[in-house]
Amino acid sequence: MTALAGGLLAQGALATLAVLVAVSARGRARNLLAGVACAALSAAGAVSGALALSGATVTLRMATALPGAELVLAPDRLGGLLMLLVGSVGFLASVYAIGYVHGASASRTQWAALALFLLGMQLVPAAGDVVAFLLAWELMAAASTVLVLAEQAHRPAARQAAVWYAVMTHLSFVLLLAGFAALSATGGTTSFAGLAGTDAARPGATAAFVLLVVGFAAKAGVAPLHVWLPRAHPEAPSHASALMSAAMVSLGAYGILLVGIRLLPGGPTWWSVLLTALGAGSAVHGILHAGVATDLKRLLAYSTSENLGLVVAAIGLTMLLRTHHVPGAAGAALVAALLLLVSHAAFKSTLFLGAGAVLRATGERDLDRMGGLAHAMPWTAATFGVGSLGAAALPVTGGFVAEWTLLQALIHGVRPADRVVAVVVPLTLGLIALTAGLALVTFVKAFGIAFLARARSVTALAATEAPPSMRAAMVLGAVGVLALGVLPGPVAAAAASAIGVDGVRVAGLGGVELTGVGAVLSPAALVGLGAVVALPALALVLVVARRRPATTDVLGWGCGGVRTSPRMQYNATSYAEPVMRIFDDALQPRRDVVVTHVGESAYLAERVRFAQHHDDVVEVRLYRPLVAAADALADRARRVQNGSVNRYLAFSFTALVVVLLVVVA
Amino acid sequence: MSAAPLLVALVQVTVAVVLAPLVIGVTRQTRARLEGRVGPGVLQPARDLRKLIGKTPLRAAGTSPMTVVAPVVLLTSSLLLAALVPLVAALPLALVPGDLFVVVSVLLVGTVAIALLGLDGGSAFGGMGSSRHMTIAALVEPTVLVAVYALSIPVGSSALPLIVAARRDHPASIASPAGVLAVVALAIVVLAETGRLPIDNPSTHLELTMIHEAMVLETSGRDLAWVDLASWLRLSVLLGLVGNLLLPWGVAGSAAPGPVLLGALALAGKLALLAVLLATVEVAMAKLRLFRVPELLAGSFVLAFLAVTASYLVA
Repeated sequence: MTALAGGLLAQGALATLAVLVAVSARGRARNLLAGVACAALSAAGAVSGALALSGATVTLRMATALPGAELVLAPDRLGGLLMLLVGSVGFLASVYAIGYVHGASASRTQWAALALFLLGMQLVPAAGDVVAFLLAWELMAAASTVLVLAEQAHRPAARQAAVWYAVMTHLSFVLLLAGFAALSATGGTTSFAGLAGTDAARPGATAAFVLLVVGFAAKAGVAPLHVWLPRAHPEAPSHASALMSAAMVSLGAYGILLVGIRLLPGGPTWWSVLLTALGAGSAVHGILHAGVATDLKRLLAYSTSENLGLVVAAIGLTMLLRTHHVPGAAGAALVAALLLLVSHAAFKSTLFLGAGAVLRATGERDLDRMGGLAHAMPWTAATFGVGSLGAAALPVTGGFVAEWTLLQALIHGVRPADRVVAVVVPLTLGLIALTAGLALVTFVKAFGIAFLARARSVTALAATEAPPSMRAAMVLGAVGVLALGVLPGPVAAAAASAIGVDGVRVAGLGGVELTGVGAVLSPAALVGLGAVVALPALALVLVVARRRPATTDVLGWGCGGVRTSPRMQYNATSYAEPVMRIFDDALQPRRDVVVTHVGESAYLAERVRFAQHHDDVVEVRLYRPLVAAADALADRARRVQNGSVNRYLAFSFTALVVVLLVVVA
Repeated sequence: MSAAPLLVALVQVTVAVVLAPLVIGVTRQTRARLEGRVGPGVLQPARDLRKLIGKTPLRAAGTSPMTVVAPVVLLTSSLLLAALVPLVAALPLALVPGDLFVVVSVLLVGTVAIALLGLDGGSAFGGMGSSRHMTIAALVEPTVLVAVYALSIPVGSSALPLIVAARRDHPASIASPAGVLAVVALAIVVLAETGRLPIDNPSTHLELTMIHEAMVLETSGRDLAWVDLASWLRLSVLLGLVGNLLLPWGVAGSAAPGPVLLGALALAGKLALLAVLLATVEVAMAKLRLFRVPELLAGSFVLAFLAVTASYLVA
């Protein structure tokens, strides 16, 4: 038995162990034991992923009760990369959960669901055929729904969120089922190895492609199928949000990679343009809503929709540039897609874990009621800050390297003579740039409003730092974000070889060189250069600071008056006001201003109440009519079922007669 | 990697640090003369800087370590910018070849640092300035990248030294429609990023109209010195870049002392010219209303996009 086979089997064994521990242990022991078991399960996943990524192969076949149908686990190198990603995020989330879970989220059901969720996610990229893939997919979907429901007893919003999530995730499942059925019928087999490189011109291929892409896009949270994200992520416990947002949505993107690159390569141009438009649209839509969100976890959820949009756009560009014979840029775009996925997993898990620490310390998700948390929670502030840098794609983080790679692919994807490429590439570049700019505002807001300045509420003032297990997970996540940023070369090279792209080399100390497009980036060298130029400045700063220490605790500027109320600070709503105003047409906020005048005077106001609310336009325009139609249909269907036993007996009798008639005839 | 480009980068940083207060001095002096005042002389910013470095900073109650760190981060980002942008010589470093995306991201690190500094003060004005500043930075981003795209098409690379060198060696490309449109778009971006008129008024005393000044309202003493020096450096480096894109003559192509000295002198000349021009234009112009700024930036985006289209026509 090879090490990889052992790793895969160990995951099954550890998941069983974790479920047993979760069910049998009590109180705090349960949190510790189940947490350790889940962490071991994820570590097993990460190790097997690393083995598969480095080229180890294995094919595990499991017979099922149905004759002829067997489950095949055969991770390839790309699957290995995803397994490594999911396992790493799972490890962080499990360690974090030991200190984080309390009350409803520490129940037997929740821990058991967490273990099954982890197992499902780690098996999806290991699947070697359609049946195993769909089974693992469904395990992942069902277990995550249980996690979203954790707080349902005292939070009606959690129930709502779970319904939305369950409906969306099962719609996605149905589409995948149909898509894979169509694909298997076209290709004549259910194994991925047999389906790889199916001719896109065959009948049924287009239907399969569209069904599968829509199904996977719903899981990846790509707009307009993102509606479950901003509901489910805020309501789920934070370790579950981190897992869903950093790991699970990546599997949606993995599915799109699987379909677009491996199973159905060489499709018509419109497939790739569709993906690019879907991705770029989702990126702009997601970041706009994140930019104006005031709920921290909702903000992060929309940012996930943005990042996955970028990944999907990069995959679309790869397909476009491949069909139009620009191989160098296509390879760079594909590597960019993988780097985006990996760096997103790192920074988004760090951010969600940080948001969880804030939620635990203050009970607040509303940015408008936070502030000054850097004083009480320095660890959380530092790690959240690093995560924010990653999300804003600034150096030296993984997010920056990923975005740089994508931009290099776009810059070198120039084909003036080819009309489609000539139009699509610069437009995509503009949209991605707008996304990058708005991501800056969003994350300066998220970090600055939550952690800097003065506390805006009593709860924020009384915050305390997170316990050690949570801190350890957050620090590990932040170190991951920085490591991906300083030494991206090996990761990029591994990702490139996993997806079969040549033209990525390690340059200097852990830098990336894209030989296909002739671009090089060495963040370590950039850091070194920064250190060289900053050293004299730093020395001067230190010398001067030693000579004259600063005077602290003076009064801030209040136009000559004393204005010390923390409520006078800018908050998240006011910070995003210019963005809201500029993108008024896209966001369509509802503002409510009530002015109470002093006596009869029209000029003196006693108090002014301001309320602002904005709904997702996609939701209002697309989903409300759909939900209303579904409701109406369900009402009609209910008339058939009125609870009368006589009627049900009549139904059974009629059905029996029909069956008999069919059999006889 | 040979040491020559690194040495040249350090020379550039030194030259930029020396020239930055002078550039500000020239703009202020020109403005004063045009408005009929005598003006304090071009050395005044340098004297201000020396004075501020010697002063004890006052920090508002409730500020976090960000107030101490952000000015230094901003300064580092500006110094790094001076090392990466081809000012004196167009010699790419082997591992960090002055790629425009890297340059922009280094610039944005500074932008973010000062925005966080503004928020950390805990006053209404700091947050206001920070919010406006970041919104403008966000809207500028598409223009920058699309303009870079247009400039990189003829060269086949987004590395600034290569772009400048290509323009120096083929002067015809400077006057091409794509080149002109892209540089005009970039010039508007430079005004926005450095807080000049018509986007922000650097000499305003009215808090409600401030952007940059509002963020540094709580900053004083040496903290303010670092912020000021960094902002001046940023203006000088970006003006120098625009200067070298428009008039790429004199930019050294080798690390020999002669060409580098010539490059430094040429840079000083271009900066003086642009500083006078900037001040003259600013005297004749009023600040735009804040919510008209997006229209200006949208206009610059259209210019950048036209530049891309024009470069297709040439290619």
